[in-house]
This record gives sequence, C-alpha cells and structure tokens, in this order.
Amino acid sequence: MAIPADAPLTTVDGIPLKVSLARALRRDKIKSLLLVAPLFVFITLTFVIPIGDMLFRGIEDPIVSKYLPRTAAELEKWDATSDELPDENVFEALVMDIKAGAPDRVITRVGKRLNYEQPGMSSLFRKSQRRIPKLEEGPYKDTVIKLDKKWGRITTWQLIKTFSPPFTAGYFWAALDLQVTPSGDVEFQDQKKRIYLKLFLRTLYLSGVITLMTLILGYPVAYLLATLPLKSSNLLLMLVLLPFWTSLLVRTTSWIALLQRQGVINDLLVGVNIIDTDNRLSMIHNATGTIIAMTHILLPFMILPLYSVMKTIPPSYMRAAISLGAHPAAAFIRVYAPNTVPGIGAGSILVFILAIGYYITPALVGGTSGTFISNFIAYHVSVSLNWGLAAALGIILLGLVLVLYLLYDKIVGIDNMKLG
Amino acid sequence: MTLPERIWYYLFRFICGLIFLFLIVPIIVIVPLSFNSVPFFTFTPEMLSFDPDGYSLRWYTDFFTNLNWRGAVNNSFIIAIFSTLIATSLGTLAALGLSRRNIPFRTLLMAILISPMIVPLIISACGMFFFYSRVQLQGTHVGVILAHAALGTPFVVITVTATLVGFDRSLIRAAHSLGADGVTTFFKIIVPLILPGVISGALFAFITSFDEVVVILFVGSFEQRTIPWQMFSGIREHISPTILAAATLLVLVSVALLTTVELLRRRSERLRGVQT
Repeated sequence: MAIPADAPLTTVDGIPLKVSLARALRRDKIKSLLLVAPLFVFITLTFVIPIGDMLFRGIEDPIVSKYLPRTAAELEKWDATSDELPDENVFEALVMDIKAGAPDRVITRVGKRLNYEQPGMSSLFRKSQRRIPKLEEGPYKDTVIKLDKKWGRITTWQLIKTFSPPFTAGYFWAALDLQVTPSGDVEFQDQKKRIYLKLFLRTLYLSGVITLMTLILGYPVAYLLATLPLKSSNLLLMLVLLPFWTSLLVRTTSWIALLQRQGVINDLLVGVNIIDTDNRLSMIHNATGTIIAMTHILLPFMILPLYSVMKTIPPSYMRAAISLGAHPAAAFIRVYAPNTVPGIGAGSILVFILAIGYYITPALVGGTSGTFISNFIAYHVSVSLNWGLAAALGIILLGLVLVLYLLYDKIVGIDNMKLG
Repeated sequence: MTLPERIWYYLFRFICGLIFLFLIVPIIVIVPLSFNSVPFFTFTPEMLSFDPDGYSLRWYTDFFTNLNWRGAVNNSFIIAIFSTLIATSLGTLAALGLSRRNIPFRTLLMAILISPMIVPLIISACGMFFFYSRVQLQGTHVGVILAHAALGTPFVVITVTATLVGFDRSLIRAAHSLGADGVTTFFKIIVPLILPGVISGALFAFITSFDEVVVILFVGSFEQRTIPWQMFSGIREHISPTILAAATLLVLVSVALLTTVELLRRRSERLRGVQT
C-alpha cells in the first residue's frame, strides 16, 4: 500500500499523529496536576486562606459601621473640617443606634475600638450605653452634650467619622507610627507614641548583628569542614547538625541556664574571681541575651550553605596561587574568598530572614530591650486583642520577608534549598 | 611548613575548636544540670565535688508522674504522628506530580506548596489563629494537627523531590513492558526507590511538629499542650529543673532522628550511585 508523501501521519485508529500526541500530553499533564491537587487543596485551606484572612483583618474595620449604622450614614453629610458640631439629625441617629445596641451591650465594643485611637472613648461609650437609653423624646443635641461634654467636642465626631467606613488603612498607618488627621492628611504620631518604627528598626538591626555574628563564627568552621579529609569532616559535620536538629526550646532553655545571674557562666566567673558576686554580669533578658542565643540557634543555617559552596572550590586554586608566588594570606583573600561569595550571600539572607521573624527566643531571653516586632504581634493578638493592628504589623513583616526571599531566589534558587 | 604557618595552622584549629564548643556546650550542659538534686539551674558545690547527694532523678520522676507533663507527652506524640501521616502522604503524592516532566505552572505550584516553610512562624500562627477561630478549630486537636501538617509538608515535598531528581524513568517503562500495571509498578518499583526520601521527609515533618511551639501557643490551648508548650509556659511561670529533664529527653530524641536521617541519606546516595 503506497502512502502519499504529503499525507499526514496517523495512528492505527486513523487519528492524525499530532492530535493523538497532543491528547496524550494533555492527559499526562492532567495526571500530574491530579497528583499535586490534594496537597494544593490542603495547603490552600489550612494555610493560604488563613494568611489571606489575616490580610483582610488588617483592613476591615466593621465595628463603627456595624453598631452605629445610622450615625455613620448621617455623618457622611457632615463636613469634618468645619468648626461646627454635627446637627440634630446626627445626635438623633446616635441616640437611636445606642438604644438599639444597648440591650446587647455592643456599644462598649465601639468604645473599645475607638479607644485604640484616642484614650477616653471607652469610658464615654460605657457611660452613654448606660444613660442614653433612658432619655425621653428629643431634641437630643443639648441633652447628650450635657450627659458628657466629650459629645460636645468636634474631635470626638471627627474620630467617629474617620472610622465609619467598613474598611480602613488605619491599622497600617498605626503600624508605621502614622495617623490620619480629620482633614485626611497622614502625619507622624506624637513623639512619645511612636514605637513601631523603632521596633522594626531594632528588629532589622539585631537581625543584622546576629547575621554578622553567625558569618564571623561560621566562616572558619565551614572552611575547616571543606578542607579536612572527608572522614573527619563528616564527623565534625554531625556536631553542626546536632544543634540544627535539637529543639529550639531546648537550646533557649540551656542559654537561660548558662547566662542568667545565678547561672553557670556567672558562677564560673565568680568562682575563679574574675568578677565578684555583687557585680554578676547581666547577659540575659536584654539585647545581649537575644544576640547570643539566636547566634547559636541560627549558626548551622550559616555553616551549611557556606560549606556546600566551599566544597565545590577546587583546592588546586589555592595551590596554584601560592606556587605563583602569592603569600598564603593573599592567595586566600584574592582567590579563595571571592569564590565563597555566593555562599556568604545565601547563608546571610537565610539567617537574616529567619531572624527577623523569630518569636520564641526573644520572648524568653529578650527582656524589654531584646524583643522583636513578632513579640508585639503576639502581644496584640493575645493580650491587647487589637487584632487589626496585629494583622497590619504581620503583613508588613511578611512583605519584608517575601522581598528578601525573592533576593534569595535570585542568588540561590529556592529549589536548591537543601535540608540537613 | 614555616614557623608562622605552623602557628597559624594551630591557631586556626584552636579557634575552630572554640566555635565547636560554642555550638555543642549549650546542648551538653543541660544533661548534668537535669540531675540536680536542688531546684536550681546551675551547678551546686555538691555536684562539682561529685557528691552523690548532689545528684538525683527527682526531676525525671516529676516528668513521668506529673499529670501536666504526662498529658503533654501524650499530646506531643498524638499530634506529631497524625500530622506526619497527613503531611507525608499528601507531600509524597505532590512530589511525584511535581517531578513529572510536563507539569504546568511548576514554579508557582512549588512556591505555594513550600510557603508554610517561608512565612515566619509568628505570621502563620496569627493567620491560623484568626481563621481557625472563625471555623471553630481553635483549641481543638484537629486544628493543631491540621496546622502542624501544613507546616510539615514542605519538608516532605523537598526531600522526596530531591530523591526523584536521580530517578530513572525508564525503570517505570521497563516495568510496564514486562506486564506490571500502574499499582504494581508504584509499589514494586517507585516506592522502594523513593522510600529513603519519604522516610527522611516524614522524620522532618515529625520533628517539625514535635518541636513546634509558636503555632501551638496560638492555635492550641491547655488541652492540646505539647512538651514544648509545657516547657514554654514553664520557663515563663514557675521555672523548675523538670524543664531540663524534658530538654535532655528531647536531645536524645534529636540524636536518634539525626542518626536515622544521616543513615538514610547515605543509603539513598549509595542506591543512586552518587559518589560521596
């Protein structure tokens, strides 16, 4: 049977080969995706959506619009920059909102929310929740102002109007020590209320110091591991991996045992009369404690990438440089060290990323001067219950980490991340 | 070697020795301290003179009899085992899919799947706390297990994918041509070859859950307390050397796991013919 030279190739069933191949490839792709699908759904539900939820919490601000709906609607019409108080309509709306919410005691929630922005609001709303439902027919404006003179202040109304919309950037401004003025400008808060920028800077500064410390300590060790014969370097590598595998909490606990005022190092120093017992060093519950403990905890993350880069540098480079007359130190600095730069980059970024998100160690050994931004996030989640601010701080931190990871991906590639 | 070189050689070794001490001493030091007979976190004069009265097992007795700690041990194992099972099965399947040649959106999928490892724990903890409270999972064993499984999967994905890099796909075709169906091929050919990767991934997932303390502080409550949870609250509130006894036992667990992973890694490299 002769096949015309220009006829399309077909399979046994007569389907053109191209179509058949495309179909097979598509089936193969779907099969691959089906294998990944269960984990993808799982991670989306248990992890990605929660992170998205946090993002949402950072911008949603439903309290005022939910519990004072009429007031919020009436305040729309009021010019916040004028020097006049809102008119009777607004006061009537406020009284109706409070009368509606008072039986369920939800009005105090509004006070609590506004209290984050301006102290005194909590007591104002508590008092109003108690007293306003007892008011008879209007007009209300003068009676309400007589009830508490804060209702007669323009700033109170400006505050309510600012937080009336159900979405706000307010938490983000607060997380950056900024605030929105009634006229809509963004400005820095009072000097004494600025804490978060300082905390972000401190987190970055301490993480930088820790990264530098791990580099200084990790570089010689990685060099030794890379140049020793395999048998002994494998043994020494176990000494690096053991801390890597040991519980973070165990390592933090042992630093407490070592560093505290009645701890091992102070006892040792007193015992050999280097210091006397009244002058015990305070090495813990401050920034020093955080730096020492975290340098120890993160050191393996510096040594391992450095080691894997140094292992690939042929020893003949150094020998060649020396045989060409370079002093060993010069050979090291001019030939060996430049080859280790990728390892330095990878290790430093990895340690830095891990450090800025640390929570446990600073919480236990950091005292007040060694705490990180993450400790304040935890504080707002579980103590002050200002979840919006916690979410905003968390998102800023997350953004910082993601930028650093992109950098890490550029230098090393996330795929090349090795474990253990 | 000239004299300065010799001096430098020994000086360098000495410095490295000090750094190794810095790495290891903090882990070793808690072992003798946990046998203290008095409730201090330091060496007593009796201990230093090796007086038998300076040592005791009272903190270990406390660890094994105190109900708080026993509950913590039980919870630690229950949560770690279940989250490891979820993480390992889902992670291995996904790694098999990600290693096929023509998977679309590979980079994006990989980025999403390993994101629990990248996002700082405090942020994962907050997000999970907010969301799990909405769906009534906060303060339940299920919630903690799901959270820990999510944190453990990236390790499984990474280790199994790494094992599959050297995987010879013609072995699968050979099995098919010899008449094996898909299931037989999977269990007889693929599983034995990727098993070291799966087991070390599972061990990573296990230790992630077993040592994890940030997420459980937020997603869990006293009912879900694990050993790290108990240690954390112990350090914050009433500090007792029972924490050191617990820490010593955890070090033993780490040593056992580290040895297993190291042996597996060597076996896997031998099987794939990689020169070490």
